[in-house]
Amino acid sequence: MLEALGLTSVDQLFEDIPPALRATRLDLPEPEPELHLAARLSALAARNLTDLASFLGAGVYRHWSPPAVDQMLLRGEWYTAYTPYQPEISQGTLQSIYEYESLLAELVGLDVVSASHYEGAAATAEAALMTCRATRRDRVLVSRAVHPHYRETLRTYFGGDLELEEVPLVGDGDAAGTTDLAALERLLGDTARPVAGVIAAQPNFLGLLEPMPAIGELAHAAGALFVAVVEPVSLAVLAPPGEYGADIAAGEGQPLGIAPQYGGPYLGILACTDALVRQIPGRLVGLTTDLDGQRAFVMTMRAREQDIRRDKAASNICTNQALLALAASVYLATIGPHGLRDVASLGAARASELEQALAAVGVPRVHTGPYLNEFAVRVPDAPAVHRRLLDRGVLAGLVLAEAEPDDPSLADGLLVCATEVTTAEEIALFADALGEVLGGRPPTAVEAGAGSDRRIAAGGVR
Amino acid sequence: MSVPTDLRYTKDHEWVRVDGDEATVGITAYAADQLGDIVFVELPDTGRTVDQFAAFGVVESVKAVSDLFAPVSGEVIEGNAALAGSPELVNTSPYDDGWMVRVRVAEPAQLDDLLDADAYDALIAAG
Amino acid sequence: MSVTGPRLQPTIFELGRSGRGGGKIPHPPKDALDRIPTAARRAVPPALPEMNEPDVVRHYVNLSQLNYAVDTGFYPLGSCTMKFNPKLNEWAARLPGFANLHPMAPDAAAQGTLQLLFELEVALAEISGMRAVSLQPAAGAQGELTGILMIRAYHRARGDSERSEVLVPDSSHGTNPATASMAGYTTVTVPSAADGGVDLDAFRAALGPRTAAVMITNPSTLGLFEARIGELLTAVHEVGALAYMDGANLNAIMGRFKPGEAGFDVMHFNVHKTFSTPHGGGGPGAGPVGVGETLLPFLPEPRILREEDGSFRLERTGERPTSIGRMRSFVGNTGVLVRAYAYIRAHGGSGLREVSDDAVLAANYLKHRLAGTYDIPHDRACKHEFVASAATIKKRTGVRTLDIAKRLIDYGFHPPTIYFPLIVEEGMLIEPTETESIETLDAFAEALIAIAGEAATTPDLVTGAPHDAPVRRLDEATAARQPNLRWRPMTGVQTPCPD
Repeated sequence: MLEALGLTSVDQLFEDIPPALRATRLDLPEPEPELHLAARLSALAARNLTDLASFLGAGVYRHWSPPAVDQMLLRGEWYTAYTPYQPEISQGTLQSIYEYESLLAELVGLDVVSASHYEGAAATAEAALMTCRATRRDRVLVSRAVHPHYRETLRTYFGGDLELEEVPLVGDGDAAGTTDLAALERLLGDTARPVAGVIAAQPNFLGLLEPMPAIGELAHAAGALFVAVVEPVSLAVLAPPGEYGADIAAGEGQPLGIAPQYGGPYLGILACTDALVRQIPGRLVGLTTDLDGQRAFVMTMRAREQDIRRDKAASNICTNQALLALAASVYLATIGPHGLRDVASLGAARASELEQALAAVGVPRVHTGPYLNEFAVRVPDAPAVHRRLLDRGVLAGLVLAEAEPDDPSLADGLLVCATEVTTAEEIALFADALGEVLGGRPPTAVEAGAGSDRRIAAGGVR
Repeated sequence: MSVPTDLRYTKDHEWVRVDGDEATVGITAYAADQLGDIVFVELPDTGRTVDQFAAFGVVESVKAVSDLFAPVSGEVIEGNAALAGSPELVNTSPYDDGWMVRVRVAEPAQLDDLLDADAYDALIAAG
Repeated sequence: MSVTGPRLQPTIFELGRSGRGGGKIPHPPKDALDRIPTAARRAVPPALPEMNEPDVVRHYVNLSQLNYAVDTGFYPLGSCTMKFNPKLNEWAARLPGFANLHPMAPDAAAQGTLQLLFELEVALAEISGMRAVSLQPAAGAQGELTGILMIRAYHRARGDSERSEVLVPDSSHGTNPATASMAGYTTVTVPSAADGGVDLDAFRAALGPRTAAVMITNPSTLGLFEARIGELLTAVHEVGALAYMDGANLNAIMGRFKPGEAGFDVMHFNVHKTFSTPHGGGGPGAGPVGVGETLLPFLPEPRILREEDGSFRLERTGERPTSIGRMRSFVGNTGVLVRAYAYIRAHGGSGLREVSDDAVLAANYLKHRLAGTYDIPHDRACKHEFVASAATIKKRTGVRTLDIAKRLIDYGFHPPTIYFPLIVEEGMLIEPTETESIETLDAFAEALIAIAGEAATTPDLVTGAPHDAPVRRLDEATAARQPNLRWRPMTGVQTPCPD
């Protein structure tokens, strides 16, 4: 090619870089042939502790992902394809997105589903911004029982002229740990600062079930929109946002067959009513026909997006999580509606067993209200107990004092969950280890070794 | 092909037809042609005040978007409800069925700030 | 309407039948949900399709055949860097030690991943000449927002509330002004100079006490290196503003130019462009940001820290109060970052410099091949991409860039980026990348030249293209006017769950 260009060195193509600004070297480790690099990567992966009896949820859940999902995702036609800007040669991607939109629309009960957002927190932040644009108000209320990462993200996105306020939780009684409706009503009642949107999660971060219809009614009575943060597997058995009057649904699609991967890539769910379709950020795929009358799929309502709308776009989002939306679709198609319901139900059943096993060693729930498959328990000196359980091969959920340092009622809390992959042996291991940590008895040799070989590897999509 | 002579025009390709103290506003065939197939028109609510040369709405095509600028100031009397279901009227009948808003004219003298048909034809001929 | 062609597929909703599927998950005990209050329960099960696994597999395999992909052919999409996606990276990301790690696991359980991410930060800092990196943003656009929010925090910390504007050249990617708006800034668009670079005088005129930042893509979206970048950065800093670099075009300059050393205060990386992570049909990607000393205190939390004993940990919430906070949940799109890490380690410094050299050479070669047939608006050496224009062809034949793009499909190529940047009439932005053979480049050039000939002799062939794709041109107007965004079953029958 140099010859064709009449050049002797590729350096000549870089002469327009001012000499004073030219770089001299890239100080990086030497390149590695694949054999060595593979060994390096394997060694790094092996340094992680993933072979534990895990009861950790807190927004990311272990589920069995049928291998068919990942094998579909390994096809180069899916993962090396680009955004479907040329629809004639992207009907695979386009149809799969339309199917994803339709599947999620069924799950959440809302008509418009974006082709994906980044993950649950950013999706929730964008949902909050939607409420401000749609109502032309600038104050949003978020329940303290929404995931702390989501609330922190909201705060970052709201740092300008918009106001974010947290709604406190009920302190005691059966509704403890859920959104305080009286406090919400008071906050909504400040007519000098009208509210654009109210955000609550179902189940909430503490695993508890919230009075979503009541929250929605209060929001609407004040002229605010209602944003429901959802967990998609639970929607097989819990009332979906469309049933209780939510205007927008946001949430994390990771539980739909996507592996934990230490943070992502995940799947931001964002859905809304028809009335809000022009406000929703992200790509939308619709059904249409081609010149020959053939049914086909195409990205539509593109004028909302940044490349056309530029500084007036609803959002700057460009790259999304398309491949993960495909993963979720293949998961749902493979598992089916009855399978999904079984996943949710089994999780609930295992969680009941977990609750009983922990209670039997003197560790009851913090709250008394209904939960699906996740709940908080109280142990003295939770961080130390958590560490000692880790040494025994048990990942005893989340230390709530670290996630919610400002809530004294959660000071000794552990947030634990169970899913369909949790086994009776794991529950027994957890309860026995906990009993003995709290009781001071050292583990037996059998107990010490029992944890390591039993977990079903929660495979899934990367 | 020249534009209707009974209308006045803005440099941003809006037209206005005046009837007494009421003005009907739309966009020209040239603008509709530049945008392509119109898919959505965002119009102001009845009762809202619009200011001359300020943006009062948005017109969207498949691949482009454009602000709409008011040729005259006044209060919005009516938006063309037909455009919600049939935005393509802007392409097929830009000066009639594709009208966008009717406005009660606040200052009739503002019409003098606008282009007549010849001046608008010259504008688009110049590219 | 007729449903399927020879290769098109029904939707999964049309394929599902009651009673199919199952065998994946054990049945739960009958009383599993008894303790859930009825009021919270779903009244009607979701009408998801019931399919047997063989049908599911056939559906997605057949759909995949309707896609063009890097693994099937050449994808010269300017600004997208459609290079080959190394298969080692897919293997690495799927290692159970990486894939099964929960993002809120204790630091002690995550040392392998934390080390990988820390080393990746160091590598990106070196590549960019920046002081520090955050891997948190989920995409380039989120990286842009992160950068602009850090700039906003910086001005606020200085007590300066006058900064209300962000300057961008008129060739900028749409995400730049959209990002500025999300951060509450007004975008001021500055016209480019005749040679395609920034107009220094126009910028100087627009810069002032209201300027918070400028956002510059370098090389520009025209594929040209900003020769006046030094003067521009000086002018920006002189008014007390900061300089953001959109790193989408980094593939052109690795080892040749380090934005941080040149004076940029912050930039984002698109790992799904420069660092080979796959595009996935639109995502996922990742958009790490690099910062110089000035913006270091404002990086998102949590940062990854290395302790004295060599172990790694995440910053605790609130440990660094100057941080702008979180941009998203958890640490980042780690699975994507593992792939980028593998790519960088496979190449090393010399390999990455070679990547840029080859990308720039390929683009210049292609530009040279097309120069007689298409207009080349900027007659100088380009970097990794260049703009060609069909303006003359359109004037002579009426055939437009859109038509030429569609006709390329019949020749077996994915069209280049069209009508971007907006400042070139009938533009095509062509980026071959470094992973294509000269045979492929020649074949592509010959196709484009042939189509230019068709435009003159048989224009209908071009304006009616594509003829050989699974579908012809689509009715996008109706799709936007009467959006159909979800499948509605033909009957309203919902199948109850068997008990």
